[in-house]
Amino acid sequence: MFSDIITIIQKDLREILSARGSRKSSLIYLGIVVGLIGIFMPMQSGRIWLSEPIVPLVWSWFPVFLMISMVTDSIAGERERNTLETLLASRLSDRAILFGKIAGAVIYGWSISVISNLLAVITVNVTDPSGSFQFYTLSLFLILLFLPLVLGTLMSSLGVLVSLNAPTARSAYQKLSLVMLGFWFVPMFIINLAPESFKLQINQFLSNINMIQLAAIGIVLLIVVNIGLIWLAMQRFQRTRLILD
Amino acid sequence: MNMYAIQTDQLTRVFGTVRAVDQITFEVDSGSLFGFLGPNGSGKTTTIRLLLGLLEPTQGKSSVLGYDPISQGDLVRQNCGALLEHTGLYERLTAAENLEFYARVFRLSSSERNTRIKELLTNMGLWDRKNETVKSWSRGMKQKLAVARAMLHRPKVIFLDEPTAGLDPVAASAFREDLQNLVRQSGVTVFLTTHNLNEAEKLCDRVGVIREGKLLAIGSPDELRLRNGNAFIDVVGSGFSAEVMRKLEQHTQITSVRQQDQHVRIQFETGFDSSSLIPLLVEQGIHIEEIRKGKSSLEDVFLTLMEEENVQ
Repeated sequence: MFSDIITIIQKDLREILSARGSRKSSLIYLGIVVGLIGIFMPMQSGRIWLSEPIVPLVWSWFPVFLMISMVTDSIAGERERNTLETLLASRLSDRAILFGKIAGAVIYGWSISVISNLLAVITVNVTDPSGSFQFYTLSLFLILLFLPLVLGTLMSSLGVLVSLNAPTARSAYQKLSLVMLGFWFVPMFIINLAPESFKLQINQFLSNINMIQLAAIGIVLLIVVNIGLIWLAMQRFQRTRLILD
Repeated sequence: MNMYAIQTDQLTRVFGTVRAVDQITFEVDSGSLFGFLGPNGSGKTTTIRLLLGLLEPTQGKSSVLGYDPISQGDLVRQNCGALLEHTGLYERLTAAENLEFYARVFRLSSSERNTRIKELLTNMGLWDRKNETVKSWSRGMKQKLAVARAMLHRPKVIFLDEPTAGLDPVAASAFREDLQNLVRQSGVTVFLTTHNLNEAEKLCDRVGVIREGKLLAIGSPDELRLRNGNAFIDVVGSGFSAEVMRKLEQHTQITSVRQQDQHVRIQFETGFDSSSLIPLLVEQGIHIEEIRKGKSSLEDVFLTLMEEENVQ
């Protein structure tokens, strides 16, 4: 099954890299994304990008959007473009197709995240030098490696479930984007509307809290949720049910 | 080797209150080209989905190459190729990438992949355009590529769901020729659905006629003509008044009379001496310009079967 998963991943990556008309324009788009997270934002922040967890973590949502676009394109999009039935008529098992699609989306977004984070190290060292080579602390680096991975798996598994019920890739993408925006921006929006005293309390809480510990706990929780969602997706992603849909 | 590539026994699929496939029983010989004829929505595509294990039957059973499509679906799909309702091609990818992907899916070795892709694209006349993205291609080219994909892993059975639908007559004719050549060269069993009766007549060894999920008839085109078709004469001339038409329709051995402008087709029972019709027509004042004797085409058989079903 492993080689079948790899085959699906390769095909989905090729497809998403041609989604903007040509591979060249898709690569330019990805270049802009990497430039924003790996060059522009670290240049604005300076060396705190590498030492303050909150700064790079806030930007870790961006690659997750790329994962959402890929997973919706590869499931709802395949059905919309009438390629899914032919794929289901092949010898591939339901699980190989499902895992290939989730893994493809996660690898896509996660590699963008890793490249951007590594590029940020070069940017900070060039634009805000300190005399010695600056890098993330080990715990922050591990968090930056694993958080997009588990968050991406969460959104990709959710993406499978949403895509199976969405008429088009666009509508699946919109639904998932709303969920994603809800995760990130609703708490910020609520805090902004809250009275000053509450904001002060939140500020105090955040300055006392260990962000690394919080992220680590978040990762463990997300892993548990991911297992549940992947199990649900496996129940839902079955040939005979997909054709009926 | 199994004599039959495909067998169904009382195969039934119900969607809500609709019996999409209704107790159909038939066999398809190994190495033959079988045509499944029927109007839109008659159950042709559902039958293919059932045979490929993409749908579960409500009742009855089927086997493809001796395997049960539900419990041994992976073995069925490993040994079958399919061109379904849509070409199923990845339009953002090139022709070579499309075939490369499915060659990997069917686990062809690297050298086999290259050889097979080159062989099929050359046979289809697409080799020079292998690096073009499929979205810029005509429908005919896409259909050819989809057939190449279905043949890629040398399947023993190929399912083709209306493969010439949407093609212009020239492309459809070329496609039929390519298909016949491929079948002749590789000896696969082809299960083809179509509502193009000329196509079925030209291509198929045996045909089954389906309507509203029910199998109305099955046999070779000749057998169906003998069983369900009648001989006829086509008369071109003038003077076919309502009175004359009524008299012809009342004739005990005439089964149907159809008029289109100055052209009248008179169908009669087997064994009837059609030459006796000529004096009868002249007597009624018909000015005959041309008269031609013929036998029913598959289309006539098909229309007769549909009419019979309507009457029932």
